[in-house]
Order: sequence, then C-alpha cells, then structure tokens
Amino acid sequence: MVQGEIASRQNHSGNNVVFQVSGLTKVYRMGEFEVHALRGVDMELYAGELVVLLGPSGSGKSTLLNILGGLDTASGGQVSYLGISLTQAGDRELTEYRRAHVGFVFQFYNLIPSLTARENVAVVTEIAKDPMTPEEALALVGLTERLDHFPAQLSGGEQQRVAIARAISKNPKVLLCDEPTGALDSGTGIVVLEALDKVNRELGTATVIITHNVDIAGMADRVINLSDGRISQVTVNTEKKSPQDLHW
Amino acid sequence: MKVLNRKVLRDLRHMRGQVLAIAIVITSGMAAFVMFIGAMESLTLTRDRFYREYAFADVFASLKRAPESLRGRIAEIPGVSVVETRVVAPVKLDIAGFPEPVTAQMISIPEHGTPLLNRLYIRSGRMPDPARDEETVVSETFANAHGFKPGDKIGAIINGRKKDLVITGVGLSPEFVLIMRAEALSPDFKRFGILWMGRKALGKSYNMDGAFNDVVMAVQPGADTGRILTEMDEILARYGGLGSYARKDQISNRMLSEEFRMLRRSAEIYPTIFILVAAFLLNVVISRTVSTQREQIAALKAFGYDNLAIGIHYAKLVILIVLLGLAGGAVLGIWLEQRMGQLYMEVYRFPSMLLRINPLTLLAATAISVLSALMGTLHAVWRAARETPAEAMRPEPPAKYSVSFIERIGVGRWLSQPSRIILRNVERKPVRTFLSILGIAVACATMLTSGFFSDAVNYLVQVQFRLAQKEDMKVAFVEPTSRRVVYDLAGLAGVHQVEGFRQVPVRFRFGHRSYKTVIDGVEPDGRLHRLLDDKARPVAVPPSGILLGDYLGELLGVKPGDTITVEVLEGNRAVYQVPVAAMAKQFIGTTGTMDLTALNRLLKEGDSVSGAYLVADSNSWEDLYRQFIRMPRVSGITMRTNEIRNFYDIQAKSMLFFTFVATLMACSIAVGVVYNSARIALSERSRELSSLRVLGYTRGEVSYILLGELGLLVLTAIPLGFLIGYSLCVLIAWALASDLFRIPMVVDPPTYSMAAAVVLASAVVSALIVRRKLDRLDLVEVLKTRE
Ligand SMILES: Nc1ncnc2c1ncn2[C@@H]1O[C@H](COP(=O)(O)OP(=O)(O)OP(=O)(O)O)[C@@H](O)[C@H]1O
Ligand SMILES: [Mg+2]
Repeated sequence: MVQGEIASRQNHSGNNVVFQVSGLTKVYRMGEFEVHALRGVDMELYAGELVVLLGPSGSGKSTLLNILGGLDTASGGQVSYLGISLTQAGDRELTEYRRAHVGFVFQFYNLIPSLTARENVAVVTEIAKDPMTPEEALALVGLTERLDHFPAQLSGGEQQRVAIARAISKNPKVLLCDEPTGALDSGTGIVVLEALDKVNRELGTATVIITHNVDIAGMADRVINLSDGRISQVTVNTEKKSPQDLHW
Repeated sequence: MKVLNRKVLRDLRHMRGQVLAIAIVITSGMAAFVMFIGAMESLTLTRDRFYREYAFADVFASLKRAPESLRGRIAEIPGVSVVETRVVAPVKLDIAGFPEPVTAQMISIPEHGTPLLNRLYIRSGRMPDPARDEETVVSETFANAHGFKPGDKIGAIINGRKKDLVITGVGLSPEFVLIMRAEALSPDFKRFGILWMGRKALGKSYNMDGAFNDVVMAVQPGADTGRILTEMDEILARYGGLGSYARKDQISNRMLSEEFRMLRRSAEIYPTIFILVAAFLLNVVISRTVSTQREQIAALKAFGYDNLAIGIHYAKLVILIVLLGLAGGAVLGIWLEQRMGQLYMEVYRFPSMLLRINPLTLLAATAISVLSALMGTLHAVWRAARETPAEAMRPEPPAKYSVSFIERIGVGRWLSQPSRIILRNVERKPVRTFLSILGIAVACATMLTSGFFSDAVNYLVQVQFRLAQKEDMKVAFVEPTSRRVVYDLAGLAGVHQVEGFRQVPVRFRFGHRSYKTVIDGVEPDGRLHRLLDDKARPVAVPPSGILLGDYLGELLGVKPGDTITVEVLEGNRAVYQVPVAAMAKQFIGTTGTMDLTALNRLLKEGDSVSGAYLVADSNSWEDLYRQFIRMPRVSGITMRTNEIRNFYDIQAKSMLFFTFVATLMACSIAVGVVYNSARIALSERSRELSSLRVLGYTRGEVSYILLGELGLLVLTAIPLGFLIGYSLCVLIAWALASDLFRIPMVVDPPTYSMAAAVVLASAVVSALIVRRKLDRLDLVEVLKTRE
C-alpha cells in the first residue's frame, strides 16, 4: 500500500524534498497531431516551500500541476512524491494519494453548487484521515459568517476561499493552486492569497501557485518560469513579500 | 448524513420536474404490473382454495344414459379415487315478470346431502331437503340477476308441464365459477342459471331413475389422466358417451385459465414497455446531469473520491428516482388491483376473493426495475466514474455540428436561421433523437392498443351478429328431430323465415393431432346463419366435404384438399374420412360446418335437425317463446338481441376500465418523454437561447427553436406510433388467441385519431410548462455561469 510506504519514508527521509521531478514529458495525441505540453521538466519542491509557477498560456503549467497532483499521468520521465514514484502508480494508488496528501484550488473554484460552504468542505473532511472540522477550515480563510451559504450566494472571492478551505481542511502535505485569483479583482485576489500564505506559514504546507500575474511572484520563495513545456528560469526570492504588499 | 447523500437529495429536488416525469412513467409500469400480476395471483389463490375446499373434480364425462351399476366399473379404473354419478338436464324456466326465454342446467345432488365432488358453497339459505322434490338451490349470479331470495318460487317446465320450484338457498360451485351457456359469447346471468336438486326428484322427472347421464371423478395424485380418459371413453361408448375430458378442458375452469393467461401476458407486455421507456429517460437525464457536473466530479476526484464512490453517487440518484416511481406504482397498482378484483367478482364467483400480492413478486419487480434503470444509465454513470479529473476540469468542447441533410439536399435556402438550428440539432444526436421519437411513438402505440380492444369487440359484434348470425332467435331441440319440424315452425304466427340446423359432437383427427368439437350442418343456401371469409364475405357451404374454421385448421395442421378423420360421438358413433373443402374465418369457437343434407347422409339417420334459426316479427316474439316454452321437444331458446346486449354489458365495464388505465399510461409516457426532451434541450441550450435573446430575438422566436424541435419529434413519432401500435395489437391478438376465441385485427380510424390526440395534448402540456421556464430565463444569470 502506497499509503503506508509514504508514511514510513516520511519519517526516514533526511532531506525535505516533497516532489522530485526529472525528465517529465507529456504528449497529448489528438488524432494525427501530437501536442507536446511538457518537453522534459526537472525540478524539486521542498517541504514548507511556496512556489509560483509563471509562463505564457499553453506553456504547460496546468499540465505540470495536474501531474504533480496525480490528476493526470505523464508520458515520460519521473515524478516522485516523498520518494514514491507517481509515474508508476495506477489509478487506485493515485486516488489514494490525492485523498491523503494533496489539496487543490482551481481557477473556477469547482464548488458543488447544491452544497453549502460548510458542506462543500465536509465533502473532503468526511473522507480524510485526520482533518480539521469544516468550521475550522472556513475560519482559517475568514468565512465564519458564511457557513450555510450556497455557492450561488457567495461572491467569487468568497467562493474561492471556500475552495481553499476545502483544500486545506484535510491538512494536506501539498497545496496545488491553478490560477486561484484568475477570476478575481485585485482586492479580492489579495484576500485569497493571504489565506494561502497563512496556510503555508501556519501549517507548513508546500504550496504551488500557478498565475499569469507576475506581481504575485513576489510572495513566493521560488519562482519557476515555464515556456513551451520546459523550465526556462528559476528565481529564488531573497525577500519574500506579504500578499498585502502586492499590487496589480 | 453524508454530504454527498445530501447532494443526491438536492440534485433530485433541483430536477424535480424531470424526476417526477420519469417517476410517473415508472409508477405506471409498476401499477400495471401490480394490477395484472396481483389480480392473477389473487385469483389463482382464490380459485385454488375454492377448488380444494369444495373438491373440484378432475375428470368429467356426459353420456346418454347408463345404469347406476356402471359406477362400480368406473371406480375400478386405476388411478380414480372418487366417482360421483349425476343427473344433469337442461330446463326451461318460466319466471314471473320476465317474459323472455330463460334456461337453466339442473344438476343432481346426492340423496345423502352434500356432493362428494363439486360441493356447494351456500351463500344464503340451506341445501334442499332430498325428500322434497320441489326444493332447489340456485346459482348466485342467476339469483342476483333476478333478485331471488330463499323462499321465492320459480316455474320450471319439465316435460311440457310447469312445476313450481321453491328456492331454499343460493349457492356457488367450483364447477361454475363462471357460468356460461355452451357456444355463448359471454355469460348471461339473467337468462341462464344452474339449479341443484335432489337426485331422486330429478331422476323421476327425466326418466333417470336408477340411472345417470353425467359423471365426475377425482383422480389420485400422479395418476395418468390421459389413460383414465381413454378407459372412460371405452366404458361409456356403449352408453352414448360424449367424450370425457379433464379439468383443464372444463369450461368454467378453462375460461379462468384463459383469463390468467391474459393477465400474465399483459403483466409481461405493458410493464416491459414502461421500464424500457423509463430506462431511456433516465439515461438522457443522468447523461445530462453528468455532463453538467463534470467539474464537480473533477473536484471530487481531485480530493480523492474514487471511481466507485462517484459511480455509486450517480447510481443512488437513479435508484432513488426508480424507488420513488415504484412506491407510487405499488400503491396505485394495489388500488387498481382491487378495482379489477371487483370487476372480476361480478363475473367470476367465489365464496370470497382473497386480494393478495406476493411480496416476492413486488421485490422481483423492484429488482428488475432498478437493474434495468441502472443498465440504462450504466453508460452515463460509467462515464462519470471514468472521467479523468484533469480532463473533466476543462470545459466540454463546443458540440460538433454539421450542415443538416435537409440543407445539403438544397432545401436549406428557404429555411430561416432558427429552422436551421432545429434541423442541425436533431441531426447532431441521431441516437437520442431516434429514441425520443421512439418513446413518444410507444405512448401513441399504448393508446392504440387500448382502443384496439373496443374496435375488435365492435367488429366482432358487427360480423358475428349482423353478417353471420342474422336470426332473431335460435330454437334448440332436446334431441334430433325430423326436418319436417321446420315447416311446423314456419307455420307459427309471426314467423317469417326458418332454417333448420343439425349439430353433432365429433372428434376430428389429422395425423397425430385431434380436437373435440361439433359439426354444424346448415342449409347450404341459408341466409340466416352463414360463414364468412377473412374479408367478411359469405363462404358457400360445399355440397360435400367439410368447411373448417381457420383456427381449427391451424390446430389440426389441415389445409383445403386434405382428408380428415371424423369420429361421431353420438348415435352410431361411426368414423368417417371427410375431405376438407375450404376454411372460414372464425372468431368464436372452433367448429366444422357441413351441408345439412350431406351431414345427415353421413350420419345415416335420415333427414333430421337439432334446432332451427328463426326470423319473426318483433311483436310476436313474446308469443313465440310462450309457445316454445310449452313444447317438450324444445330445450332452449336464445335471442340474438339479448346476446348482443349482454355481450356489450359484460364487456363494457372491463373495456372502460382497461381504456382508462391504458390512457393514463399512455399519457404518462407521452408527458414523460416529451417533457424530458424539452427540459433537456432547454438545459443544454439555455446559453445559446439566451444569447439569441440578447441579440434581439423575441421570446416567441426563441421558443420556436426549442419547441419547434419538439414538434418535429412528435409529428414524426405519431405515424411511427401507429405502426408500432398496430404491430403490438397483432402481437396481443396472437398471444391471446385460443380455441375459445380470437381477437379480430381491426383498428378503426377514430382510435388512430384518439391516440394521436392524446400524444399531442401531452406534448402541448409539456411544451407549455417548458415555455414558461423559457420565458423566465434570466439572461444575465445564464450568460454569467460557466458551463
Ligand atoms: N487534453 C488535451 N488534449 C490536447 N492538448 C492539450 C490537452 N490539454 C492541454 N493540451 C495542450 O497542452 C498544452 C499545455 O496546456 P496547459 O493547459 O498545461 O497550458 P497552461 O500553461 O496551463 O495554459 P493556460 O495559462 O492558458 O492555462 C497546450 O498547448 C494545450 O493546448
Ligand atoms: Mg492552465
């Protein structure tokens, strides 16, 4: 069982590498055409780190994130999580991996419209091993007042914060966010980023944030630039900004 | 409660209109099933109990006359456990205040009291005192029809003399659950009854002292009934045996079995249609739900819900809808079953009706429905489960459209843009379009089958009573009489026309097949009683050879030109080889017909008749039966008008009930399919339609796109429904055909119109509901949400 294996490695691993990616490729086949979304990506992600993934549209950001999160499978190369290979895992193992270790935040929130904020979080806490309560998770993103609102009764920023609460409620090791502020104005975006930053700091969750917004890169420990399926540049921020200090 | 379960409930509430529409279809199917199966099970249970507790006989035989001493020989047949000899005689009754011919069958009850077999259940009063020769028990339907109570008197004409009988009780017998005169179309409770009387009294009146003319037996379990029948026939041959028969050929039991067969067939045909329609509707609705919830599925998967959990989640939705429908169906079905039980109890008489349905049957129906529904939605649920999360995150690519066929062949030039949209839509999902059309067509077909029954009955009456049997009354004689009697009858006041007929009980044999029935000898150029071909044209009776009913021909595997063996079951009991001259269409009964002269020649018993058909002035009818009733040689009189009226009376109630149920069902399918198609179309295309509204299209124009498509489906479905309906009627007619009757294959134009009208009305109602939703479409809301 991957679960147990991961748990035991966690204790023994001396270095604190969460993800180890090498030579990762992803090819989409559409009939006769092949789209090379990733053409050999090498990278690591460390425990407690906040990484911002930048790059033009179509450069493969979402593809990379989806593979890291076990939502998609690679065409070639290696991805390991805490020393366990994800590239060799089957659907059952990947499901197990997502259930226990990963939190996702999507650009379009992907909340379940028929469930309230609290219930949307409960969807995750119900199946997690050692989750917080939905109320605790929503409190972390400052939504104590909106527990019983349906998504349609929440603003975009509030919905995204519910999505973050949902993602962090199970105390995941990693938090993967695909354009979490893409649909939000700058003020609301900052509130959402604050929530992510807080979780990263307080829970030590390794976090990857995809964005088109170069300004957001300021809050990262490291900024990875992707272009045309390859990593073109990695910048380490010596001076990490707090989200309140970001402007766009 | 798990939040996902909460989601199931909220999803159900969100699509309540569609859930309701589908549930109603399932309700109809389940109701039909429970009604038919329930009625069948209840009747079976009731019948079996009555048969068991009142010792229904296993073997029956009639003969001319045999001494009581023969009883011992019959009892010695291996396998026979109980033998009871009886005297059975036809009797004419004279009922005060009812000046119409009434006949009855008198059956003896043993001197020691209760019969050993076919015991009587006394509903009121008491058994007759064997020492008194005027006491009698009358059958319940007959007593009710005339309002007789114990203590009332009726006049019986025995050997031309009137005798007053005193009713001591009203009774039922397992032998007469259904009381019907031989050859009648339907039971006539007013004009035919059963009277039970002491053996001695009856024996004296009919010259059967120390003798019997009827015998019933019970056989030991596992005994070879076929062999017993053969031995019986051998023993009784010398005594004018008319052929013994087993319980399965006993008329009352036989009619009951036919009824059960009909119920079982109906329980198979109708619910199957419904569950298939429901499965299709569920498929469409769940597919749609899954595609609108792709992103929710993706999110759930991203958070670690596995394929099974997602699959189960959507399966729950399906199961709940099905269970909702089934629950309603069980309730409605039990109610309908009770109505139907009451309807049956008017014709079929049991001491009491046990209304019961086996829980296992309900469970099986539930399991089958749930499984079919899951099968129908398997693809959609599977798709939901299999969706890779990354894939599901992406919005569905725009649907692929192409220029429609109609446009390609050049008609497109004249089409407006909205009409083009309609056509391209219909073509884009050919399978779903086809299934929607099929679904609506099935509704139309169901309606057609309900109308078919009354059309068939009308046609039957038309053909049978206006073209084939044109006599006013039929007079039957106690035994074959010289043909000269025809002239005597013709001389009676008011009589216009008389034609004699001869009826002989026979057994036909061809190859290894045989069938026991009668040959009717008729006057070849007769006008009163004719045979018809399948176009209802008279068939000439050939001067020699025999004319067979088409169904009899099929049973025996005979075609014109073949020669069949005819064993005469009375008189000289001769065996002849007779050529089959032709076939005639026969809806009721299965008999052979010959030229009267040829038949008499064959029987070598001179020019005789067993009865006559009469046409007379309607003012003189009453006088005529007064005279006939006094004639010792006349055993009974039947009136054609009574037969028609009675047939309708009996049929009308059940027909009305059946039409009501079928209409309800057809409407539920029509509404279910049309409403769902419209609702799905609305959900799939609300963005597109809102965009058009934003561009300045009016509500009417936008509705046209949606409802025009619906109209197109409905209009295509109706002719297809006619076709399917007709085929279904053919199937039903075929499945219900038996040697007792065949249903004529006729569907009248009004039935087609009615079916179309019901479907159109259901479509219009559904369209109005959807139109209202369309009018309330919130443009901003729709365009804002991402799909
Ligand atoms: N399912 C798919 N089938 C075919 N091609 C795909 C599929 N998914 C992604 N691609 C292609 O792979 C490439 C990388 O896509 P990806 O979604 O990773 O880009 P991205 O960097 O996230 O872009 P954006 O910033 O626009 O979200 C693109 O060229 C895209 O068209
Ligand atoms: Mg992307």
